[in-house]
Amino acid sequence: MTVLLKHARSWGPLLAIAVLAVVLLVVAPAVLSPFRLNNLGKYVCWAIAGVGIGLAWGRGGMLVMGQGVFFGLGGYAMAMHLKLEAAMASGGPDAIPDFMVLYGDATMPGWWEPFRSGAFTLFAIVAVPAVAAAILGYAIFKRRVKGAYFAILTQALAVAFATLLIATIKQTGGFNGLNQFTQFFGYNLYDPVNKKMIYSIAAIVLIACLVVVWQLYRSRFGELLVAVRDGEERVRFLGHDPANIKLVAFVLAAVMASIGGALFAPITGIISPSDVDATASILLIAGVALGGRALLLGPALGALAVGYGRTYLSESFPDQWTYFLGLLFIVVILFFPSGLGSVWSQVTSRLRKEGTA
Amino acid sequence: MDAFTTPLLAGTATGALLLIAALGLALTFGQMGVINMAHGEFLMAGAYTAYLTQQVVTNADLSILVALPVAFVVAGLLGLLLEVAIISWMYRRPLDTLLVTVGVSLLLQQLAKDVFGAQGDPVRTPGWLEGNVDVFGYHWPYRQMFTILLALLALAGLGALLKYTAYGRRIRATVQNRDLAETMGVSTRAVDRVTFFVGSGLAGIGGVAVALISGTNPNLGTTYIISAFLVVVAGGLGQLRGTVIAAFAVGIVTAFLTDWLSSSMAQVLTFALVVIFLQARPQGLFTVRTRGLA
Repeated sequence: MTVLLKHARSWGPLLAIAVLAVVLLVVAPAVLSPFRLNNLGKYVCWAIAGVGIGLAWGRGGMLVMGQGVFFGLGGYAMAMHLKLEAAMASGGPDAIPDFMVLYGDATMPGWWEPFRSGAFTLFAIVAVPAVAAAILGYAIFKRRVKGAYFAILTQALAVAFATLLIATIKQTGGFNGLNQFTQFFGYNLYDPVNKKMIYSIAAIVLIACLVVVWQLYRSRFGELLVAVRDGEERVRFLGHDPANIKLVAFVLAAVMASIGGALFAPITGIISPSDVDATASILLIAGVALGGRALLLGPALGALAVGYGRTYLSESFPDQWTYFLGLLFIVVILFFPSGLGSVWSQVTSRLRKEGTA
Repeated sequence: MDAFTTPLLAGTATGALLLIAALGLALTFGQMGVINMAHGEFLMAGAYTAYLTQQVVTNADLSILVALPVAFVVAGLLGLLLEVAIISWMYRRPLDTLLVTVGVSLLLQQLAKDVFGAQGDPVRTPGWLEGNVDVFGYHWPYRQMFTILLALLALAGLGALLKYTAYGRRIRATVQNRDLAETMGVSTRAVDRVTFFVGSGLAGIGGVAVALISGTNPNLGTTYIISAFLVVVAGGLGQLRGTVIAAFAVGIVTAFLTDWLSSSMAQVLTFALVVIFLQARPQGLFTVRTRGLA
């Protein structure tokens, strides 16, 4: 019996992931209209970034308030490729994106050129955020900058990134961002079947991220990460370098955010500075906090819930949505600091304590 | 001469604004470990107070002088309300106070949008603040000088409060060792409340200065809050001199970079410079030495 229970505890999360997989991949496409399914795809992209935030913040104690930057690196990399695909489909192999013609000199900046290649784009979606996060993380963690300092620095980064995107209108489309994609690696984006395919890719990526993180949490690395969160100095005294452990989690989180952003661009048909700025980053945090940052499924489910709530509330109460978001932060953090997903375990552990007393 | 003087003077004025905003942040951060993301909205409250005061006191020459103490009290009371209603329930959870105050900041911004409209309102400059003084051929507006004067007054006032009053002594005791201060009979709860009132009130005064330069605007707080936080991070905790030097450094460096490149590149580079600076001094310019384990 106890052996069975032990198995249930270690395999239970995997079962939960399997249930989520069935819901996202089988049930949702069957019951939702194409429009709603596409919306769900958008929330799934946020959830992918959310799983990474859960890893960095929930397990690693690093409150990343600028995850929109990495979401944006992936989103813009993909969007640049899609933009070039659209241009090449209508104007030949040397065509350049329409907005560059519109905004002036009709020459393409050199760093756009490699994104004509789909393979390079996929490589860049993983490599660019990984390198950026590694450099930034190394600079911050090696000098033992942490806690609130880290949170504020990453938020400042998101503000700076969004400002930069808005300012470089000739290279990145500025405030309007990149939109009007027609192709996705050769597939027509107006075809509903292809839209469904991209949704499925996003759902599979989310499930894959969850499995990876589940495995990580079970590993020695997962234990060290929690140890660093709870007592960084003690881990240092035991002979590990906390900076390296944090760096791995931070880079993984950045890559997940970037992949989420890369899928977000074809699903929503647009990526703009408002998808990556400080407010967008805070929305990502909101989902993770709501679901339960240290849980396995909490960040993903919370991100899906916040995504749905955002659509539903802004459809019904367009101007009051911000009030809901503000109150959500206050109520969840004040009363359920470990998220709604842990309410059940909080209640049961309290009951258990009373039972033994 | 002009290429040097212009950003130097404008940057000093920006630095003064950042200083007023950062003083309150540094105070509450240093004493209570609270990261108040709604601090920018207290700045906004000060700006709207200046606007409302001008609706009542129509004499523009006088209205700004009336607005200053009123803004201090309004923003201070807002801060006190935040402390009593929310912050006091979550001591020793600094990252959580950060998130909660993000929520408060969103609420206050939307509230300002609903009450005053999404468009900004102009604030009239009093006659005695119009005009400029010539500095090496550069016309330096009186308004910018006024901001610097306000910052220096706020700094001097806060310094005197901390150094010469019994309350200031209690603050310093609480900052150094909260538990020990408590044992010695200091009501740290009461000290925290006064600190929050004073810190938020200072933001209100800063808001009046902002209103004179750019009018009111529901998003006004977000414009300054990140730079103010960078100032606090670069300056180090609980140290006024660090905050002062960092504020003027950030203000002036940003002004020079804006002059040479563009305002967006300046923002990005200032961020990079702060990260590079933290490589040399990870705890900011000045640190309180401690033997505690993190």
